[in-house]
Amino acid sequence: MGRYDRHIILKEVGQEGQLKLSGAKVLVVGAGGLGCPILQYLTAAGIGTLGIIDFDIVEVSNLHRQILFKTSDIGINKALAAQKQLLDLNPTISIEAYPERLTSKNALQLCSVYDVIVDGTDNFTTRYLINDAVIKTGKPMVYGAIFKFEGQLSVFNYQNGPSYRCLFPKPPKKGFIPNCNEVGVLGVLTGIIGTMMANEVIKIILKFSDVLSGVLLCYDSRTTKMSKLKINRNQSEIDHIINQTELQEIQENTQCEPLIDEITELNNLILSQIEFIDVREKHEKPKITSLNYKQVPLSQIKEHLDIINSNKKIVVFCQSGSRSKKAVELLKDCGINNAVSFKGGVMNMITSLKNIKNET
Amino acid sequence: MTLNIKYFGLIAEITNCNEEILDFFEGSGSCLLELLFQKYPTLVEIDFQIAQNQEIISKNTIITGSELALLPPFSGG
Repeated sequence: MGRYDRHIILKEVGQEGQLKLSGAKVLVVGAGGLGCPILQYLTAAGIGTLGIIDFDIVEVSNLHRQILFKTSDIGINKALAAQKQLLDLNPTISIEAYPERLTSKNALQLCSVYDVIVDGTDNFTTRYLINDAVIKTGKPMVYGAIFKFEGQLSVFNYQNGPSYRCLFPKPPKKGFIPNCNEVGVLGVLTGIIGTMMANEVIKIILKFSDVLSGVLLCYDSRTTKMSKLKINRNQSEIDHIINQTELQEIQENTQCEPLIDEITELNNLILSQIEFIDVREKHEKPKITSLNYKQVPLSQIKEHLDIINSNKKIVVFCQSGSRSKKAVELLKDCGINNAVSFKGGVMNMITSLKNIKNET
Repeated sequence: MTLNIKYFGLIAEITNCNEEILDFFEGSGSCLLELLFQKYPTLVEIDFQIAQNQEIISKNTIITGSELALLPPFSGG
């Protein structure tokens, strides 16, 4: 029996459909939690040419969800590691690995040689870059993104449908929407959303009628609830990109953010000499019982500068480490320059406090 | 009127619930936002979209439906 026999016997696919798959060229941007299952299913399905672009390397903390990679891949570039594993799965297809970052310099050229572009990225800079590049090159974009236990899925720029900018015209403010590295993610969720993304790619190539265009699908893995929300095309957002002579990169990467001092441990500090500030809302848990700190929610910090003792070194914390960075930035704006953010938020803080107690 | 509002992602963490029933007199999406910002001041800092009866709307749209949702962008991949 042939490799694609179970596809071919589906009358909705058939020999003709399988030939469409083998003639298709798909670019997957990001070989991470979403990228891995997308790549695995597209490779197995016999997509003729797969492009993989990722500058990052495989780390041990990736392996709970990026199931294409093996422990022996740690330290290797993700695009190259993925290419090796995928060729083992299906040596009959062509796999191009680009061990580099997608930038405004290479995005248009890369998108122009592929039929479908898949967004498996973990940051807004690259997501908006892909969106703008697919508008300029007229290619469909399969979109997926996740937050802890929830996922979003849609197909953009497909047959005059909406783009990502029609849903979210502007990138979010820096530091407010955390990624998986900052807040964690349920491993299997990336598999669910990534597999659904691979399904949309196949539907586009096979020209199925109900591609997920103009609809944002929201999935919650805790409740197994799915919501479908209609998105309308905003022609002015699309025209704005078409009329730009060059792709613009939004400055959202951490490297481009104002440098915020962060600490990850408390063991070098004399705790009684530190002004600890919790910038979470007052209802947020857990509270820390073994530490004296003040609660000043980020939303009210500018109004409550008087209760912060700026003669002491200030350590700001929150739930994940995002709002505390914003708070340090706000304090700097108000002339308070001796504040640092506690990286990883309250849970890391509690662990660090426990470590100190164990040492003494 | 009574609105059933669903919260997604980071927004549900700020509101501390996935959905709730709110009384709303009348007005546009912006009026609804004012009400929500009073109740949840941190929401001011977050970018999100509003959906009404399963359709994304602009802030100028008059709230007529009973099913609302607040959707932030997601970053992770």
